[in-house]
Amino acid sequence: MTELAVDVQGVTKRFRLFKEKHRSVKERVLHPGRVEFHEVWALRDVAFSVPKGSTFGILGHNGSGKSTLLKTICGVLQPTHGQVVVRGKLAGLLELGAGFEPELSGRDNVYLNGAMLGLKKSEIDAVFDDIVAFSELEEFIDTQVKFYSSGMYIRLGFAVAVNVDPEILVIDEVLAVGDERFQRKCLDRVREFQEQGRTIIFVSQSPEQVRMLCESVVVLHHGEMIFNGEPSEGIRIFRERLNEMGEHHVGAATEESLDAPPTHAVHAPASILGVQAGDPATFGAVATGDPAAIAVTVESTLAYEEASVLVEIISPLGISLARLDSAELGHPIAIQPGTTVLTMTIPHLPLLDGHHQVNVGVSARGEHPLYLWQEQAAAFEITYAGKAEGLVALDATVTATST
Amino acid sequence: MTNAEGPAGLTSSATGGTPKVKVVTSGVTLRRRVLDLSENRELLASLIRTEIKVKYKNSILGILWTMVAPAITLAIYWVVFGLLLKNGIPDFVIYLASGLLVWTFFANSIVMATAVIVARAGIVKKVSFPREILSIATVGSQSVYLLLQWVVLALFMVVLGHSPDWTALPLVPLAFFTVLLYAVAFGVLLSAVNVYFRDTQHLIEIFIQAWFWLTPIVYSFWHNVHGHGAAFLSWIYLANPITPVVLAFQRALYGHAVITNTETKVSEQILPPWHLGSFYGLLGLSIIGGFVLLGIAIRVFSRLEGNFAEEL
Repeated sequence: MTELAVDVQGVTKRFRLFKEKHRSVKERVLHPGRVEFHEVWALRDVAFSVPKGSTFGILGHNGSGKSTLLKTICGVLQPTHGQVVVRGKLAGLLELGAGFEPELSGRDNVYLNGAMLGLKKSEIDAVFDDIVAFSELEEFIDTQVKFYSSGMYIRLGFAVAVNVDPEILVIDEVLAVGDERFQRKCLDRVREFQEQGRTIIFVSQSPEQVRMLCESVVVLHHGEMIFNGEPSEGIRIFRERLNEMGEHHVGAATEESLDAPPTHAVHAPASILGVQAGDPATFGAVATGDPAAIAVTVESTLAYEEASVLVEIISPLGISLARLDSAELGHPIAIQPGTTVLTMTIPHLPLLDGHHQVNVGVSARGEHPLYLWQEQAAAFEITYAGKAEGLVALDATVTATST
Repeated sequence: MTNAEGPAGLTSSATGGTPKVKVVTSGVTLRRRVLDLSENRELLASLIRTEIKVKYKNSILGILWTMVAPAITLAIYWVVFGLLLKNGIPDFVIYLASGLLVWTFFANSIVMATAVIVARAGIVKKVSFPREILSIATVGSQSVYLLLQWVVLALFMVVLGHSPDWTALPLVPLAFFTVLLYAVAFGVLLSAVNVYFRDTQHLIEIFIQAWFWLTPIVYSFWHNVHGHGAAFLSWIYLANPITPVVLAFQRALYGHAVITNTETKVSEQILPPWHLGSFYGLLGLSIIGGFVLLGIAIRVFSRLEGNFAEEL
């Protein structure tokens, strides 16, 4: 595995963003030397290597430089500094059907696209039927591509790219297109490529797909490589950065609207001081299947005999996954005057990975009823090293019974 | 999709053999670029075919239009200069066409190649290949049209009973190579410049027009330039690399260096009275200049290419 398919060596890419583009001679004469620009470092000294036969993921949010990096690997952009060494034939799926000529038939476009990917006419002849079969466009192959639906366009593009026998396949989020059945087919083809020992570089904003396919990942953040290694750890770091960015935005928004505090204390005798969630000991990240705890610190001036704590776990996509009420669990709890920590423990957390939010409520009956509720009181990270997809990890077994 | 349905030999080529190594960097040698270009010959052929197909898609006559249009033009010239505005040069339409067709090729190639990178931004931004190929393909498709137009000219020569100078005919491929070289060099150079200065594609049309009148196509180099101007004027004309090309075509296809004016009955020297060797010599010099220009063009292109994807 020492043989490298792609070696990215200290790649830096600087873009110059001009305030206003003076492209014409007249404007250049009118504004001599006044072309203002600021520099954007789309990539800063990114270096990693992709061993031959591995499947490599690149994760990053919008604007992290992953598309620039991909274009550099494909040779569409030249780096400002550094270089990329590519060993073997590379097919880049930056945009499916990018080289298609709308006026020409599907057949002619297959040959044109194949030539762009570096194939000789005889080589395309040999795989032409496979391409048509894969794209399922037998009836329409002699129709001009401008009459194709976008789905047909993409199918033909993908069919060409995977059938041109690339040693290195670069895929930029294109698996997210097409109908579900065709996506499935594309994924199967990608897996087949993995089995054949081809190198795949896979770019996505979807950690699920990356975990499913990749052996290692690189995480980009503002043009810098912040992680290179195991997918599960990479996904955790990617999510962490994504949330930091999100909180940044939320913070900016709440400064402007200070009149909407998140805590609603109907009665003043008690308040939620803080909430921690995650690993029972450290309140750090939890691995799927491990115990987790949510600790709510309550300060009260009164004593309550039968208080209850309510915890709601929200998935990264905002779905309420679980609502746990200590009253229904049959464990009424007592709150003493002063500070009390109410801890709810989940022995085996079945949830799959991601950044989960926790909403917390504390209520108590009595002379001065208590209703405390805090939205997004805490957040915790779940990590997952397996390959399952979805929201929960289920222990499943499989048997085969002949009849 | 099972393995069995995959293309034959997929596995073997993915694992065996020495893979080709490609380095993406800002500094690429001229030699490397020329090698890349020659490796992409198939793509060039494919792009030329595409360009021609697209141009004549959904037209009944198709590529025959390339021949119909000049046939009608030549017929009009024959009527205008042969019957109405007699300038006394016998078979003037042949004289005119021998320079005009090759000039039209040169002019169209440069004008269209200049705009091609900007026009095909979609491909340039998404697919990796030596982008000069796009400019070269434009020149290539124009060459195909020129070849077909020469067929029309040949038919005219047969109809008018005008035979070429067979001994001078070997000048034709050499002169064509010369003009091809310049068309490619200018096309490659200007298509890259046009990405940064979009005025280039408009300016070039004006330059080409001026250049047309500075090339002895509709008039005679020997009779109108050499005969009336100072010696330095002839040298300026010969510094124009397309002048030897046009002179060579006229010499080979029109053939008659000296003609008897049909109006005045006076003998006129319309083509240079040189030996064929001088034509070869001039073309040779033009070719040397053309290779130097092409080298510069590819260098400039490779320097500017790095930022194409962000400029477009």
